[in-house]
Amino acid sequence: MDVWSSLLGGFATALTPENLLYALLGVLLGTAVGVLPGLGPAMTIALLLPVTFALPAENAFIMFAGIYYGGMYGGSTTSILLNTPGESSSVVTAIEGHKMAKAGRASQALATAAIGSFIAGTIGTVLLVVLAPLVVKFAVSLGNPSYFAIMVLSLLAVTAVLGSSRLRGFCALGLGLAIGLIGADQISGQRRLTFGQPLLVDGIDVVVVAVAIFAVGEALWVAAHLRRTAAHVIPVGQPWMGKEDWKRSWKPWLRGTAFGFPFGALPAGGAEIPTFLSYVTEKRLSKHPEEFGHGAIEGVAGPEAANNASAAGTLVPMLSLGLPTNATAAVMLAAFTQYGIQPGPLLFDREPQLVWALIASLFIGNTLLLLVNLPLAPAWARLLQIPRPYLYAGIVFFATLGAYSVNLQAFDLGILLVLGLLGFMMRRFGLPILPLILGVILGPRLEKQLRTSLQLSDGHISGLWSEPVAVVVYVIVAVVLVWPLLARLLRRTPVGAAIENEHEKVDAR
Amino acid sequence: MSVVVGYVPTREGETALDHAVAEARARKTRLVVVNTSRGDALVDQRYVDEEQLAALEERLDGVEHLVVHAMRGREASEEILAVAQEHRAELVVIGLRRRSPVGKLLMGSTAQRVLLDAPCPVLAVKP
Repeated sequence: MDVWSSLLGGFATALTPENLLYALLGVLLGTAVGVLPGLGPAMTIALLLPVTFALPAENAFIMFAGIYYGGMYGGSTTSILLNTPGESSSVVTAIEGHKMAKAGRASQALATAAIGSFIAGTIGTVLLVVLAPLVVKFAVSLGNPSYFAIMVLSLLAVTAVLGSSRLRGFCALGLGLAIGLIGADQISGQRRLTFGQPLLVDGIDVVVVAVAIFAVGEALWVAAHLRRTAAHVIPVGQPWMGKEDWKRSWKPWLRGTAFGFPFGALPAGGAEIPTFLSYVTEKRLSKHPEEFGHGAIEGVAGPEAANNASAAGTLVPMLSLGLPTNATAAVMLAAFTQYGIQPGPLLFDREPQLVWALIASLFIGNTLLLLVNLPLAPAWARLLQIPRPYLYAGIVFFATLGAYSVNLQAFDLGILLVLGLLGFMMRRFGLPILPLILGVILGPRLEKQLRTSLQLSDGHISGLWSEPVAVVVYVIVAVVLVWPLLARLLRRTPVGAAIENEHEKVDAR
Repeated sequence: MSVVVGYVPTREGETALDHAVAEARARKTRLVVVNTSRGDALVDQRYVDEEQLAALEERLDGVEHLVVHAMRGREASEEILAVAQEHRAELVVIGLRRRSPVGKLLMGSTAQRVLLDAPCPVLAVKP
């Protein structure tokens, strides 16, 4: 088949010694930032963007793929050994994982998390290989109005479905879209929101925005909230699993994958919902329900598989439609743009070598991660002993260097600080970061689709729903918007109530 | 007057504590055990937790003692020296360990600071 020969071609690119080295580097970096709470793959890729300009696109993306998957692995280590999730997607892992570690079964918890992540990641990546070309085939037939509709859906869904407060989500989205508007209008050349400042005419570089919001904002937040803590990591030897553990893990792994992949592939899936669903399902299906709450291995295996499968799923809309649904995918999309590569359904046609090398490197990265994490998980936990002032000083240093090097303008440093303060205020007031980043990155593309659609229909607004796909998508948008009402109705049913209760339990943690 | 010991839950720390207990008994004076952390990293394995603290108290049963267990953002050496000053130490006990060349580059030496700056004799023990 065509797809498989392309994939083999991708492996040929990704398996050169140079690219393997970049994959290894990405995997190590990804695991490190995954282990450290507060740092994530999105921030890391944003910080690396200016550095990687000097590299060919393939090398950079192979490294990014490693960081992306690595973050998912690292997060579980911290969850299990410290009871502090390293990443938002491993919040659920901490529930049973830390209990297991306390009961002296940390090795088994780490092993089931790493092996489950590997299996889910591999299955997820195979599904990506199969699905992405199909989605592309469908997507190339779409016109501008349908694209516009799908983008609106994905922005709304990310804003309204994820996070605890819709109002805060929409505030963040509005801020992002406003930042995306800054600069000269692409069609008329009119200046928008530049305040007479000629340096703003080209708009604010996405790299500067991402670095400011992720890195500077987080550093300021940590500096303002540095609590003196000295927790203990639970000591653990080599991760391993007994026969009984394998028997109890393999079904949750597969079920977790089945939850994670579709949620990741949908616009606005994210990894939090499927990990949670997986946990609830395992609890219900388990033959050892009495162990839940005291360290049940199923409660680690399922969610860990779910979050990696969702990471793979996220790449389907990212590569085939140019639609990111989580922060890391959004920053990777920005990276495509920096390399002058137009993301969208034509990506597979125009840049086959890059795309297939990226996909092949996901398989390679996943395997490397298993090799790096299974024997070394306890060593990674030692990273938590780094004093945070040193860590964040380094991050701010790299952020400043990166922001300056994009355009070699001191003006960008001012913007970095202003947006960094914005990032700090957003954390202070509980505004989610993801809608803002998506707004900045998708905003200009959304506008372009809207303008083209309106030009095609001669300025008639009805042109926006002239395609059947667009109509269907707008119906889904309507459903997303009235979802709170539906949820209220659902809550009255016993199943809905059970889910709600579990949610509250997790929130209360 | 008192005997002050810098304690960490490692082999070096335990050895130091053993010697300090013996010294305090021989001198018939009070033993002050110092265990602190700067608290700026998420994890500090050398700062004893509740369980270890209880075990420590149990071990020191029968010796007149005081445990200084605090997180005040200061270096271990500063804490030990401050406690030695405050409790008019006649002896400070610390544990020594070997450091690799890289370790010497990365980490400061608590032991060296205590040895050079202590107001009284210092007993340095090796496991």
